Amino acid sequence: MTATTWTMAKALNQGLAKALEDDDRVLLMGEDIGALGGVFRVTEGLAARFGENRVMDTPLAESGIVGTAIGLAMRGYRSVCEIQFDGFIYPAFDQITSQLAKLTARHEGSARFPIVIRVPYGGHIGAVEHHQESPEAYFAHTPGLRLVSPSTPNDAYWMIQQAIASDDPVMFFEPKSRYWPKGQVDLEAPATPLHTTRVARGGTDATVIGHGAMVSVLLQAAEVAATEGTSLEVLDLRSLSPIDYGPILRSVEKTGRLIVAQEAPGFASLGSEIAATVAERAFYALQAPVLRVSGFDTPFPPAKLESVYLPDADRVLDAVDRALDY
Amino acid sequence: MPEPDFAPQRLGRAHDDTKDRMGTVPETPDDAVSVQIISPEGRYEPNAAAEEFLPYLERVDEDLLRRFYRDMVVIRRADAEAGHLQRQGQLALWVPSHGQEAAQVGSGHAARPQDSIFPAYREHAVGMIRGLDLLDIIRMLRGLTHGGWVPEEVGNFHLYTLVIGSQTLHATGYAMGIALDGKSGTGSPEEAEAALVYFGDGATSQGDTNEAMIWAASYQTPQVFFLQNNHWAISVPVSRQSRTPLVDRAAGFGLRSTRVDGNDVLASYAVTAKQLDDARAGRGPGFIEAITYRIGAHTTSDDPTRYREAEELAYWEARDPILRYRHHLEQRDLADGDWFRSVDQEAMDLAADLRRRTLALGTVDVGLIFDNVYAEDHPVVREQKQWLAAYEAGFGEAR
Ligand SMILES: Cc1ncc(C[n+]2csc(CCOP(=O)(O)OP(=O)(O)O)c2C)c(N)n1
Ligand SMILES: [Mg+2]
Repeated sequence: MTATTWTMAKALNQGLAKALEDDDRVLLMGEDIGALGGVFRVTEGLAARFGENRVMDTPLAESGIVGTAIGLAMRGYRSVCEIQFDGFIYPAFDQITSQLAKLTARHEGSARFPIVIRVPYGGHIGAVEHHQESPEAYFAHTPGLRLVSPSTPNDAYWMIQQAIASDDPVMFFEPKSRYWPKGQVDLEAPATPLHTTRVARGGTDATVIGHGAMVSVLLQAAEVAATEGTSLEVLDLRSLSPIDYGPILRSVEKTGRLIVAQEAPGFASLGSEIAATVAERAFYALQAPVLRVSGFDTPFPPAKLESVYLPDADRVLDAVDRALDY
Repeated sequence: MPEPDFAPQRLGRAHDDTKDRMGTVPETPDDAVSVQIISPEGRYEPNAAAEEFLPYLERVDEDLLRRFYRDMVVIRRADAEAGHLQRQGQLALWVPSHGQEAAQVGSGHAARPQDSIFPAYREHAVGMIRGLDLLDIIRMLRGLTHGGWVPEEVGNFHLYTLVIGSQTLHATGYAMGIALDGKSGTGSPEEAEAALVYFGDGATSQGDTNEAMIWAASYQTPQVFFLQNNHWAISVPVSRQSRTPLVDRAAGFGLRSTRVDGNDVLASYAVTAKQLDDARAGRGPGFIEAITYRIGAHTTSDDPTRYREAEELAYWEARDPILRYRHHLEQRDLADGDWFRSVDQEAMDLAADLRRRTLALGTVDVGLIFDNVYAEDHPVVREQKQWLAAYEAGFGEAR
């Protein structure tokens, strides 16, 4: 095994480099991704290495980035668009939901739109307004898009390449607070298929599931629970659309309890969707209602309050207790 | 300005005092000169602005001169037929192009075969010139498809786009691709490619259209923006979109810009031919504002008598692009009565054929709902398609 230890930012950087190397139709586009290497340095060195025709600093307009990527796709290019921060994706909402998501169907199969939209998202970084949000649900609601989110450097390295190789539009949600912790990356192991959910930690008493930065919170909660004699199974969702229900249902059959955790507000969220589907498909296996642990149904607060807003291990454990006591 | 009155009030016409508060909307200044080659009476009288474009008419032989007329007549007849079909319940909607034939036929013929066209939704004549079967547009407006054709099979005429302005960015991205592929600035106008994108005066207010022009200038894309200023965006006059001539905006973005009399088919052709050749030669993006008029309703759902004056319509009807060009052909002895009659007959036959084929259109397979939502297998869509089949089969068993 050729393993190495990288941060997620480095793993993404290397994954993008590999994609640029393997296919000369792959382009990167975004704000400040060239000389600066992106505000999170994910594209560091790529413009110098592949040239500014492949790694393009664009004008500052998100709809323009996605809209021109669509035109480039019609010409056979595979663009990877970087949205600088979660809260700045909305100017591109129309091009993503009314154009990109529908164009494959509108062409009745005669054209492909293999575009990846990278979205650094989520809280825990103490940033100002519009820089800590989790907008996944808006896009999960839109047919025609695929959504994924890695939680480890290894997944980041492989999933970004798989997303680029996909012939469908893929929205790639990168948990910004996980850019810097290091982890092992296996450069040779055959990658897990893109749209699969992974068991991050086995357990028997209750299942907790989340994606992105939430996975490390869930793992922390499982550590604590273990000291209290409770065995939590932790699932890393990885694919937000489509959702890989196989591992979720298998886990619930075993534990009888499910807690869905997310940074986003809970109303009409991914967690709501998973809760509803598990209730439909595993009603008799459930020994307690599926519980959601979410951000509040409020705008993301100023940074000094983010630790109150964002679900932490204690809030997860509180839900676990409620499920076990039910 | 009077003190705003915040007392509750109905928003009906009688209480509409926006004009007083915001200042009355002036007419768009019309002092920008339009390139004109044929006078409203049909005489060959190029104005000074036309001079640099005249050499491009050398490409137009007598057959093509007649073809311009034929295409305008055919599309107007087909357009009317489709309108009737809508009234007879055969189409959900029709989008008339009546009045804009010269802008569309001139520019459409100016594009070379290798060029790519990005229409909005009214460019039926351009589609026809590129090889599109008008029935494909009818299929869309009958509710059988959201697309209807394969762009590469119809002269790179891309799908209609109903979200105002969206296609301008697609054209710009496509043109970036042309440049990246090394297919512009090759030195060979026969090979080098360019993109041509159509949009309306209303679309000039959209962010996407403005972003497209910014991108085009920034990356010096091989493309031409073709604005059909037909004076109206549904019921809103162009003066609400802009208080400066729209052509002047383009210069601010750094685009070569030309205003053309959009009811003069030769001017429309010559200006577009030059702009496209400049773009394909690597001289950067261009912008054309074609001044024309939407004689018909916005769509068959619209009632223009609610918002525009009969005198305005009469003014533009008197400047009909087809009549004007007919006079021109007559003055140059390029066609006689027999020929004009044969064109009318051809137009009638085509319209009748279109009607026949519309009435023969079948239904659409439910597979269309599911089959191309994704390019690759998708479990949710697959399961829902299977579910629907089983659900419908269930009714069969019950009977
Ligand atoms: C983004 C968006 N907003 C509103 C509409 C509804 N709409 C359809 S056509 C139209 C007017 C467009 O005017 P213009 O760009 O001048 O084109 P024209 O119809 O005159 O050819 C409007 C408001 C739309 N299709 N898309
Ligand atoms: Mg208009």
